[in-house]
Amino acid sequence: MNQPQRMQAAGDEGALRAARLPPGWDEAVRIDEDPATIPDLASVGVPPELRAEIEAHMTKYPDRHSATLPALGAAQRHHGWCSPEAIDQVAAVMQVTPAYLSSVATFYDMLRTAPVGSRYVYVCTSVACHLRDAKGVYDAIAEEAREHGLEDVEIRESECLGACEMAPMASVDGRYIGPLEEADAPELVRALADGGEVFPGRALTDPGYRLPWAEDGEAPGRRSPPEEPDVHPAGGTWKEADVLDVPPAEGPASEPRPTPRPLDPGTSEAPEEEHE
Amino acid sequence: MSETRVLLANIDEPDLNTIAVYERLGGYGPLRKALLEMSAEEVLHQLEESGLRGRGGAGFAMGKKAAFIPKGRMDKYLCCNADESEPGAFKDRLLMQKNPHLLIEGCIIGSIAAGANKGFIFIRGEYSVQADILDAAVAEAYDKGYLGEHILDSDHAFDLVVHRGKGAYICGEETGLLDALEGKRGNPRLKPPFPANQGLYQGPTLINNVETLCNAPLIVDKGADWFRKFGEGNSTGTKLVSVSGNVRRPGNFEVELGIPVRDVIYGLAGGPPEGRDLKCFFPGGSSAPVLTKEHLDLPFTYEAMAEAGSMLGTASIIVVDDSQPLVPLALRLAEFYRHESCGKCVPCREGTNWTVKTLERVDSGEATPMDLEIMAQVQHNIIGNCLCVLGDSMAMPVASMLEHFREEFEQHIEEARARRDLEAIRALGAEELGAVQEAGAA
Repeated sequence: MNQPQRMQAAGDEGALRAARLPPGWDEAVRIDEDPATIPDLASVGVPPELRAEIEAHMTKYPDRHSATLPALGAAQRHHGWCSPEAIDQVAAVMQVTPAYLSSVATFYDMLRTAPVGSRYVYVCTSVACHLRDAKGVYDAIAEEAREHGLEDVEIRESECLGACEMAPMASVDGRYIGPLEEADAPELVRALADGGEVFPGRALTDPGYRLPWAEDGEAPGRRSPPEEPDVHPAGGTWKEADVLDVPPAEGPASEPRPTPRPLDPGTSEAPEEEHE
Repeated sequence: MSETRVLLANIDEPDLNTIAVYERLGGYGPLRKALLEMSAEEVLHQLEESGLRGRGGAGFAMGKKAAFIPKGRMDKYLCCNADESEPGAFKDRLLMQKNPHLLIEGCIIGSIAAGANKGFIFIRGEYSVQADILDAAVAEAYDKGYLGEHILDSDHAFDLVVHRGKGAYICGEETGLLDALEGKRGNPRLKPPFPANQGLYQGPTLINNVETLCNAPLIVDKGADWFRKFGEGNSTGTKLVSVSGNVRRPGNFEVELGIPVRDVIYGLAGGPPEGRDLKCFFPGGSSAPVLTKEHLDLPFTYEAMAEAGSMLGTASIIVVDDSQPLVPLALRLAEFYRHESCGKCVPCREGTNWTVKTLERVDSGEATPMDLEIMAQVQHNIIGNCLCVLGDSMAMPVASMLEHFREEFEQHIEEARARRDLEAIRALGAEELGAVQEAGAA
């Protein structure tokens, strides 16, 4: 897949690799408006429990700015994402500008700057999981969720979650579940839709959790056998060239001709010997 | 070929995360010793003498780092780097989840050595369960008087806060961590000044990895000489090794530094699955240049790995077997660093992006051998040209894969191009195909 196709595909899936841009990124800045100032706490309706939580975070640090990440996290839990409203409320309690908070919120992966769901499934597809076919697991889960019409759950590929021994794995709202396989996707999505616990007993922190190979066992390898390339390098032999089933060109039959390469392969030799 | 369990000695004890069990097994005894029987200088001296090197990746001597902290009365800080995000690393997670009090005790002992009165454990946001466990353990430690004012009736005061990150690899870089802790975007800072002089809130700050700090209580308890008995040369002590990838028994193992790499990969982790052979491995997380079969008999030490052209790093071994094509792996690796680059320095921001683009061309067969040349050049131009080593962390492994497996990259281009051409022919309609044939005949 080339770059535009990849981006398209990734955009369709809402996947990690997409250049996901925050809403409004392509809108011109309103230069006739003054930048937002620090909101007045009295005029912003902050839910009392959210305000209490943010203030508790602020007291833990010598500098109140340090509470930014926990405060945004609290607001996100409350609102489902870092909405403009949520940002305003945090800004009012912390007495900082909304712009400062947005600058922070857009930097961190776990702070959502769009309403993508209040629960999350991060499927790790990073290096160690990649070696165990994590992409297949992610694709299966994403596909299943689409078919099931699952709502209010953010499903995305994630960078290394720090549980490579249980690869391929996923984090469902912080519960690390693994090793997963593609066949697990339907049950996982069903459990999410029902709002119940996903795979009880298969999470790292569940009591009695053991890796399948903890007792003299063996980890499953790559589930699908490595794909043999069905063609050979340019200049070599094309074993499958005969499947082409080339129709005869219009006009009177002539001498059998070699099939020309439609794209320059970088060599002058056309692979013709096995093609009739 | 066996583990040497020191840090993990009690790890399978049920309810080790509660203070009652931890104390029953001798926990907080070392802290008592450090506070009541030793002076702060003696604690620092023991840490220096032990030769304990940072377990977070850079391998800088922990005692030396603590000794850089200026003396005198001022606001000094201790930060525990628990932002374990390196692909392949999962050792700190195990320690924090099973033995949080060991880390807390290590933080307090570290604060004695550094003279710090305020500490933070910066834990990555994805480890939410582990952060909750730590929170509960910190509360228990406050209740028992191990944290707060006048710890064990001494003059030492130390407050500890568990701070959750929000998902950014760069916050594992020490100055990026400080910015994140100050409530900013986690951009690394220019060094010098080093955090030991001007760190958190511009105060002197000691930053250490979880595993490093977890070693401190053992060193105080049993002495630097005992610690030096483990290991080899300047790589003293034991090390948690996370083995993952194509092995039969991935997991965390505690080994003495200096054990042959083969014993870890084949002995403890069982080696590649049946019928496969080892192609290459990352000895220290995905940031470490790959090594090949010929390096299997090297001792697993900081020095030997560096000499072989790689690094021990976080000692997270990712094994790649011979069924794995390298180009998709390199692409996935580069995508990780592109995603995690903070964007502050141009060589890293652009270099990671262009490496991904080039590898996509290689993977799809659009590349030419010259693309490989350019890509190697890009890696060369990233290394050493940024504020932090994130860009280097991509450049080094990608460059090493190119160096060791250049033929495979070239072959991948050829195969992908042939496959693409074949698909193009298959997609042609009868008329177009005829036209192509006509053109070819002409």
